[in-house]
Amino acid sequence: MNSIQKNRLKDRLFMYWGMFSTLIGLVLLVVFIGDILIDGLGIIDWSFITNLPSRKAEKAGIYTALMGSIWILFLTAFIAIPVGVAAGVYLEEYSKKNWLSGILEINISNLAGVPSIIYGLLGLEVFVRIMNLGASVLAGSLTLSLLILPIIIVATREAIKAVPKSIQDASYALGASKWQTIWHQILPASGGGILTGVILALSRAVGETAPLIVVGALAYVPFAPDNPMDEFSVLPIQIFNWISRPQHGFIENAAAAIIILLGITFIMNGIAVYFRNKWQKKWK
Amino acid sequence: MEITMEKTLDQKVVVNTIEAIDTSKPSKIEVKDVNVWYGDFQAIKGIDMEIKPNTVTAFIGPSGCGKSTFLRLFNRMNDYIDSHRMEGKIKINGKNIYKKKVNVEELRKEIGMVFQKPNPFPKSIFENVAYGLKIQGIKDKKFIEERVEKALKQADLWEEVKDKLKKSALALSGGQQQRLCIARTLAVEPSIILMDEPTSALDPISTSKIENLIFELKKKYTIIIVTHNMQQASRISDYTAFFYIGELIEYGKTKKIFTNPEKKRTENYITGRFG
Repeated sequence: MNSIQKNRLKDRLFMYWGMFSTLIGLVLLVVFIGDILIDGLGIIDWSFITNLPSRKAEKAGIYTALMGSIWILFLTAFIAIPVGVAAGVYLEEYSKKNWLSGILEINISNLAGVPSIIYGLLGLEVFVRIMNLGASVLAGSLTLSLLILPIIIVATREAIKAVPKSIQDASYALGASKWQTIWHQILPASGGGILTGVILALSRAVGETAPLIVVGALAYVPFAPDNPMDEFSVLPIQIFNWISRPQHGFIENAAAAIIILLGITFIMNGIAVYFRNKWQKKWK
Repeated sequence: MEITMEKTLDQKVVVNTIEAIDTSKPSKIEVKDVNVWYGDFQAIKGIDMEIKPNTVTAFIGPSGCGKSTFLRLFNRMNDYIDSHRMEGKIKINGKNIYKKKVNVEELRKEIGMVFQKPNPFPKSIFENVAYGLKIQGIKDKKFIEERVEKALKQADLWEEVKDKLKKSALALSGGQQQRLCIARTLAVEPSIILMDEPTSALDPISTSKIENLIFELKKKYTIIIVTHNMQQASRISDYTAFFYIGELIEYGKTKKIFTNPEKKRTENYITGRFG
């Protein structure tokens, strides 16, 4: 076998290995979603969404958990977006590039990789105990904000880096101040990228369970929260709770709740993809 | 070739009508013992020069000789480079622009800049030209519209874009984009215009349009242009400065520099023996 044949063989082997690897993920996902759909699709109707939790599987609904998730989603967005974007803009546009900013940069990237339960412990100590917020929506949102801040900061920086330097030069050369250049040129141009990062971060927050359990989100809350200081539950915790019960009815409920949660995340990711494409077209 | 000639005539008519509403305020530039470092690297070495009002001055020299760095000193565009350090004085109409109290944003309204690659904002044609006015806090719509029209006429672009001012500037051709960038600069009514190789990314027809434009603009503005094109320098400039490794080797009337340079090095560069 000469070297050309050898290379061809390697090439083919690698292609098959790649195909196999791709298929593993895909097949598993299809099997999982199929299984869930078979179990849960029959359960979903309007009353499943509007019913309060119950001890009887057929009467139980996700209303409190869904409202809890929506509360958490919006409050987390409200806290994390301004802080994360501002930090990203500062690091990219204002901070001098020196050893301190280098350390900061590495640490923010590292924070994105810290296990979420650690954030839960931090939230429990700082927000629930020291700030005395209790097991409230606010405490949960603050904890999740911390969790997704690094993602938003990194996404903001990447999006700003992608704005051509020539645009900034043009703005400065016309007498614009730094703030005007950021507000009128950099943020609009990087908006699509920032938004994509924000939505992906939020869809991660919606699916988080561990930190909220630590903070004290209860599995059984009889009412939906109506202010930030209320106790709450969220969809992932409701799912976790149902799955751990012995009756088969609750397993079906869990499957149905998973479908709803997956639906929410898919829609959010879809929006993110839409904005990314729209933004790329603008720059073409 | 015929087309180019016609366009040139057209443009002269347009520019002449604008001269009637002249607001020119020519500026003199004095440079005294200017040195620039990037970290440990000295990019500009002790340059003294004086640039006369209402002239076109060409900066020529091989790549990396510091002419772009030098040009960007006049509107303090190097301020954003962290490792940049500058010593010496640059006076515009007698005022040192590197004094601590100088408002850099105000300075840049006086001194416009056109860059190597056309860099319109990803906004409409109108918004591109209006940007410089809007950031000054000007809200008067009629005033802005008048200024935009005037600037686009000055830049010989009005006839081509007057029906699509709301369209994206990115849809224009490269040459049109560069003239839009010139219009954007003119809208702020500066007295000095800095041009950093403004035609190096353009085709010959667009280049000749911009050269004609420069020729017309010098009646009202002081223009400094960095160029790698020797013919261009000799065609459009009144004065030429030759830079080599951060030093100003020779500076004088363009005719003299191109026909009878004093320094051997200048002659070698102009005749294409190096660089």
